[in-house]
Amino acid sequence: MLSRVANNLCWMGRYLERAENTARLINVNSNLLLDLPKSIVLGWEPIVDILSFRELYYAKHKEATERGVITFMVADKNNAGSIVGSLSAARENARTIREIIPREAWEQINELYLFAIDNCQKAVARRSRYEFLSKIIESNQMITGILAGTMTHDEGYEFLRVGRNIERADMTTRIIDVRSASLLQETETEQSAFENLQWMSVLKSLTAYQMYRREMRLRIRRPDVLKFLLLEDRFPRSLLHTVQQAEQCVRTLPNHEGIVVHIKALESKLLAANPQTLIQEKLHEFIDEMQLGLISIFDAINATYFYHE
Amino acid sequence: MTIRWGSYKVGHLHDELVRVAGKPRDYAQVLCDYLRNLSDAELVEYKAAAESAIHVMGITFRVYHDKEGSIDRAWPFDIIPRLIDKKEWQTIEVGLKQRVKALNLFIDDLYNEQKIVKDGVFPADLLKKSENFLHECKGFSPPLGIWAHICGSDLVRDNKGTVYVLEDNLRVPSGVSYMLENRQVMKRVFPEMFEQYNIMPVDNYPSDLYDMLAAMSPRDIAEPEIVVLTPGIYNSAYFEHAYLAQQMGAELVVGSDLVVGDDDCVYMRTINGLSRVDVVYRRIDDWFLDPEVFNPESTLGVPGIMRAWKAGNVALANAPGSGVADDKVVYAFVPDIIKYYLGEEAILANVPTYKCVNPDERAYVLENIASMVVKPANESGGYGMLIGPHSSAKEHEKFRKLIIKDPRNYVAQPMLILSTAPTMVDTKVEPRHLDLRPFILSGKDIKVTTGGLTRVAMVKGSTVVNSSQGGGSKDTWIVDMEGM
Repeated sequence: MLSRVANNLCWMGRYLERAENTARLINVNSNLLLDLPKSIVLGWEPIVDILSFRELYYAKHKEATERGVITFMVADKNNAGSIVGSLSAARENARTIREIIPREAWEQINELYLFAIDNCQKAVARRSRYEFLSKIIESNQMITGILAGTMTHDEGYEFLRVGRNIERADMTTRIIDVRSASLLQETETEQSAFENLQWMSVLKSLTAYQMYRREMRLRIRRPDVLKFLLLEDRFPRSLLHTVQQAEQCVRTLPNHEGIVVHIKALESKLLAANPQTLIQEKLHEFIDEMQLGLISIFDAINATYFYHE
Repeated sequence: MTIRWGSYKVGHLHDELVRVAGKPRDYAQVLCDYLRNLSDAELVEYKAAAESAIHVMGITFRVYHDKEGSIDRAWPFDIIPRLIDKKEWQTIEVGLKQRVKALNLFIDDLYNEQKIVKDGVFPADLLKKSENFLHECKGFSPPLGIWAHICGSDLVRDNKGTVYVLEDNLRVPSGVSYMLENRQVMKRVFPEMFEQYNIMPVDNYPSDLYDMLAAMSPRDIAEPEIVVLTPGIYNSAYFEHAYLAQQMGAELVVGSDLVVGDDDCVYMRTINGLSRVDVVYRRIDDWFLDPEVFNPESTLGVPGIMRAWKAGNVALANAPGSGVADDKVVYAFVPDIIKYYLGEEAILANVPTYKCVNPDERAYVLENIASMVVKPANESGGYGMLIGPHSSAKEHEKFRKLIIKDPRNYVAQPMLILSTAPTMVDTKVEPRHLDLRPFILSGKDIKVTTGGLTRVAMVKGSTVVNSSQGGGSKDTWIVDMEGM
């Protein structure tokens, strides 16, 4: 398989996943804000921080208003991390490898992109926002299904899955990092009810709420949420699961030994850390370490398959 | 009943299917009867079926649009096929083989001994001024002496019924994928016709192309690595590049996928590391092929690929420099070229061509420009030409000046009245002008596609068939009437 093609598949997987995750994130934040009392000012800034766009955002906007952040994260073509930007990149990746992916998948990706371009203004108004974001999420789920059901599960498919899982791992760690930092300490009883709400929103951002409740029947507590999102290897968006998936994919590819070393290193740190017991400051350091680990895995993939000489 | 052949106006034109109003040609009788019996609703339905097949199959071409940049457009297609009797086709096929054989001998001679120039048949002066003569190729001869492995020659028929060669495309001719896909569409739209007629199949082309390319491999191995080199997704023919790669099971590559090693061999970058490439079917123009030798700014090409080719480590189809024989000035000499190398008269007629470089002929062209077609030597796709009878006096004057300024760059031909064929306009049929582009593969032997790509000018009275300028296409049926 050509390096360029493998690279495109990998990034197509990443960008599609990114568009979906961003849609989920905005959806959940919209809901959360409706539930919080006015005294708790959470606002839209965390969304910009989760996706590390602070600088880019404030270069264009004065304040993190709802309208500003949503326009920036959904419709801004110049922001490669926006939904429209991600889908445009995914589409370009798909287009250059049209002969590799099933025609139906290409058509759906193309259609999703056109839908997003034509309708992105709908995300700004609260009334139509949910409908727009749901369509983004559902379409992406459909594309994932088409690919799983009609594309030969060959090396190319594994590259796509690697991209998807690395992106998912990245997003899970980002959400935990930023959300947990913005949560208030457990001191005042009045606010702890809202804290509960906020941890719930962390779970919901990762569609983990229902699955968490099935697993942990108790009330929502920080340590349990962290444990579930980081270590529950059967939950498809937990860090441990995504990393293990990436390892499975990579093992089907040639010359994977060097990459597996990086994956194993991250995995053993994750398993040894007991992240649920970490206080906020330590948690932040730990998440940083995990992010660096993910970067080193992706660098190793790049060096082994895409940019070797 | 909606198609009435009695009111189909043939006039003074030659129509491919209809002799005179109400009287189809022998080989078109069955088709015309069939069409006449279709209702409006059926015609609309079949047209929609064709369009949906084209959409689903993703048959597109790219056009450059002023406002929207480049965009993919669905391939415009007419559901009424163009028929040619197999007996007539056999003569055309022999003529095409003769022509391409001579052209390859001509190219090989130009880059080596230049006997044809020394013998005074082809003017030295014209060769000197040729923009497509690559000095880098001098003294080189590719295996079997074949340069233009894939040729697309455009044929037209005038109002007397004579078939002419309008031009030969020896660089990177495109359109063959549409020929193949048109047939797939037609099988879905008119399956009945395929039972009633003996229609010669066209689908051998990808395997013929593969065999021809594989035979060029410098390494004698069972499965040589063949790649299709495309300029990328923004090229108007990208659909075709991807299609042919897919049909042949070859890798579709862009320039940056390939690298030339210190051993002067070509490799492609794969997830397993570098992997040797034997044959490159390149769909990039010479000028962009190798930044080391040609345009240093080119990012589409592969640095060093000319070195690898001259060292005999990789085969290139078509060979760089083949374009020397397809400019419109060389065209005028093709009958002489055939006679010189093969000792035969040309089987297919050339359109009488006035070379503006000759003072007498130039004077004639300047005098009669209003009734002639003037073509620049090196443009393709119908760009930069003048159709005298359809142009204003101001445009005539502009071209007179252009010709005087650079006479070598222009040739002129009398305005041919191209043949027509019935073409759907809403639910009626009207005559539209068309041409035909067969593709000729030259390897150990020469093979011609069965028919080719029929291009049709969708606009009434227009003779511009290029897809970039509003042309469409039809399926081309070579029908065997023996025993029908």
